[in-house]
Amino acid sequence: MAYVAVKGGEKAIEQSLKLLDIFHSCSKSIPIEDIKKNFPLLIDKIMSEAGLYAPDYTALALKQSKGSIEESVFLLRAYRSTLKRDYYSSVCDCKDMRIIRRISAAFKDVPGGQILGPTFDYTHRLLNFDLLTKNRIKKPVTGDVGAEDIYCGRIDDILYKDGVLDKPEEDNTEPFDVTSNLLTYPAPRSARLQTLTRSEEGFLEGVAYSAMRGYGAVHPTVSELRSGYVAVKIPHPIIEGEFITVGEIMVTEVEALWPSHTESEDGDDENFSLSGGYGCVLGRNETKCIAMSICDASLNTTGPTPSQDEEFVLTHGDCLEMQGFLSHLKLPHYVTFQSKLDRVRATKEEK
Amino acid sequence: MERRDYNFGFLDENSKREIRRCLLKAVAIPGYQVPFGSRELPIGRGWGTGGIQVTLSIIGKEDVLKVIDQGSDDSVNAVNIKKLVKSCTNVEITTDSEEATIIQTRHRIPETPMRGDQILVLQVPTPEPLRVVEPRESVTKQMHAETEYSTMWLTLYEDIIKCGKIGISSEYPVFVENRYVMNPSPIPRYDTPKLNDSETLYLFGAGREKKIYAIPPHTKVIPLEFEDVPFETEDFSGKKCHLCGAENVYLDEITDENGNTYYECSDTGFCAKRRAENAKH
Amino acid sequence: MQSINNINEPTGTEKPILNVKGLTVRYGKGCPHCMNGGELNKNTCPKCHTVWAANGVDIELYKGEILGIVGESGSGKSTLMKSIYFDFPVTEGEAYISSYMDGKKNIFDVNLQQKKFIRNNIMGMVYQNPVLGLRMDYSAAGNIAEKLIAAGGRNFGKMTERAKGLLDSVEILEERMKEPPKNFSGGMQQRVQISKALANNPEVLLLDEVTTGLDLSVQAKVLDLIRMIRQEFGVSILLVSHDLAVIRMLADRTVVMLDGKVIERGLTDQILDDPQHPYTQQLVHSLL
Repeated sequence: MAYVAVKGGEKAIEQSLKLLDIFHSCSKSIPIEDIKKNFPLLIDKIMSEAGLYAPDYTALALKQSKGSIEESVFLLRAYRSTLKRDYYSSVCDCKDMRIIRRISAAFKDVPGGQILGPTFDYTHRLLNFDLLTKNRIKKPVTGDVGAEDIYCGRIDDILYKDGVLDKPEEDNTEPFDVTSNLLTYPAPRSARLQTLTRSEEGFLEGVAYSAMRGYGAVHPTVSELRSGYVAVKIPHPIIEGEFITVGEIMVTEVEALWPSHTESEDGDDENFSLSGGYGCVLGRNETKCIAMSICDASLNTTGPTPSQDEEFVLTHGDCLEMQGFLSHLKLPHYVTFQSKLDRVRATKEEK
Repeated sequence: MERRDYNFGFLDENSKREIRRCLLKAVAIPGYQVPFGSRELPIGRGWGTGGIQVTLSIIGKEDVLKVIDQGSDDSVNAVNIKKLVKSCTNVEITTDSEEATIIQTRHRIPETPMRGDQILVLQVPTPEPLRVVEPRESVTKQMHAETEYSTMWLTLYEDIIKCGKIGISSEYPVFVENRYVMNPSPIPRYDTPKLNDSETLYLFGAGREKKIYAIPPHTKVIPLEFEDVPFETEDFSGKKCHLCGAENVYLDEITDENGNTYYECSDTGFCAKRRAENAKH
Repeated sequence: MQSINNINEPTGTEKPILNVKGLTVRYGKGCPHCMNGGELNKNTCPKCHTVWAANGVDIELYKGEILGIVGESGSGKSTLMKSIYFDFPVTEGEAYISSYMDGKKNIFDVNLQQKKFIRNNIMGMVYQNPVLGLRMDYSAAGNIAEKLIAAGGRNFGKMTERAKGLLDSVEILEERMKEPPKNFSGGMQQRVQISKALANNPEVLLLDEVTTGLDLSVQAKVLDLIRMIRQEFGVSILLVSHDLAVIRMLADRTVVMLDGKVIERGLTDQILDDPQHPYTQQLVHSLL
């Protein structure tokens, strides 16, 4: 009997979906609230790549996708694309952030102080075997850890006043939105920053790392890193000029500085001055945020390295685009492969 | 998944209208890649999201849809896309290419010639034909603007001088109305001539790369070829489908456990119809 | 040799095939000082640091002649060549080619397509660094075909025949025409570049330090080749070199450049035997 290629795709898919449930089945389901509270940094990472601030839905996506980050980003992005945009918020200024952590590597002490806040930076990375058996987590110490709301000005403002950093001109043009327009190059800065903040963390960090190590020219000083809550406000539907706060989001912001050359206005001589790179991401992704500021800074320089190539950096970092194109190789390609075989055989005959 | 929460055709009406506007522009400038604000879909980028967005934007309640992948109605990807479109539109689905009003496809054009009242939607992974010679979008855009296609021709020349033949297998670049070099999507060369002066409208969607382009009916579409080196399609001479006996069609090559090679129609709808006909006689 | 050098002395009535007037390439914004002809420090404005890489250069190239352009590095000779070939944008100036639009259209003032046409059909360029003129990974034949394709060639057989003929005239064997130039020696690469530049029978050939960096024996071969080409292809040649020996051997007339400006021009023998400008005198004497 002749061999017949496997058909029956519909049935195969059904079975595969069943197997997905069976293979990853477990007896206990974790409540969404627990996922959110147990893995806040994972939730932050996913929200940042999805470009959607929605901790509950993110926890749901994580649960539904059995913990796959790319699948979670996927679920959130697909959901987001069906939502209507009813309002556009006013500009959130991170100067008005309710701070939980704020440090400067540039100065020993700064007005407002160095606020270490909650961080893994100074933990010893030793497995805590107690967690293996203890399900109940120790009640957090409430004592004297500093619980009042903290607000403080930006370090940049000090540098502007000092004249060592040029204050950028305020740019109030409507930002370019990469989620509903195709980006062309050179990209407007708003599009660049939006693309960078949505980039896959590992990609962004790899590019930034390469720029610091020598494939590029940026080894900046973190002038300020701050994490905290900013209020999101929308225009009042009735009273013109008034705004309503609809909620708070947690963001991390980084300003990085490095020395650069500038020409003075009259062209008479060259100066050293400070330039900045900017990073701002949803949630607490500090390394990603630093990487973003370096990528931003690196794209302001010219040279032959990947980190200085705007089109390269901005087109290859989207989690879903890279994941989609790589994984599509799992799809059947037998028609095109047949065509390839034809060419190989034909050129063999030619020789 | 429950679809009652979603609009007809999944995308909201404004998004669909925007895509239709891009389609009109694409039809007006055959072979030109029109940028569009590609939306996120519940199916992966790289898995046909460009084609799906085109289909979802043009589909109406009365339409009859056929979806194929590699020519097959039953391929997992085709089934998956059909399921999505069906669940958010509830349109009729068919495997008969003559019954369909819209056919969405990956890598093939159906064997039975399509009519003027039908539309073929092709899924495109890499819309830019010049990507093989130039990685930068900013540069390829300029090359198209200046009709600067020498480098493309040069790669064909190099193939012939070095190997005696042009090595491009599928997605063979075509010249549209003597203006734009276009990537016809990864269809085999066997299907390329069907683009020229056709009765039907071809729409191409690339979701990840955010581009839409079109070949309207009766457009001149010529594969890039030197005057003295004719364009060659895949050679199936002396071979026929072991199921329906068809010759001069695009065949899949299959090897069984005993090392025997068989051929069968890649267009499964076409093959099934022929077998039914054969059974009648 | 002497006789060859003198055959193309311009008669005064003949129209130049290439006529460049006041070509200026400036890097920088300029300031009141340098824009009004103020003293420069070499080619750089002491006030605003604007670089005047080429500064009001006039050149006339006549049919069939080889015009030498000599000067030290930084004198502006390569800038001049590359801007004539549209590699660099010119800041100011005009250039006319007698066969293009009857010599009435300034070629710096035409659209991109026309510039491409001129580059492909009327001019040919050979760079000091072969990487700039060749695709190192493509075959030698493909390199020539690239030029033919750009000029509208669509016949594989005819283009390959032409490539074979051109490579033969620069003494590259047929069996090597499928090989990429990266496999070739420096001298061979220059010969492939020359044959590529000649692909569409250009009227003007621009040679930028083509023998610099080659071994002496290889240099001699390339120089012979250039002389042969001038005769066989009837092409007019603009030859940039810092090497007076090369200029003496090939150029009919010579232009001496310093700090972006032409400081002396005339018949090559006259310039080399009786230099007028102190810089030329120094240049000639340093050779002796």
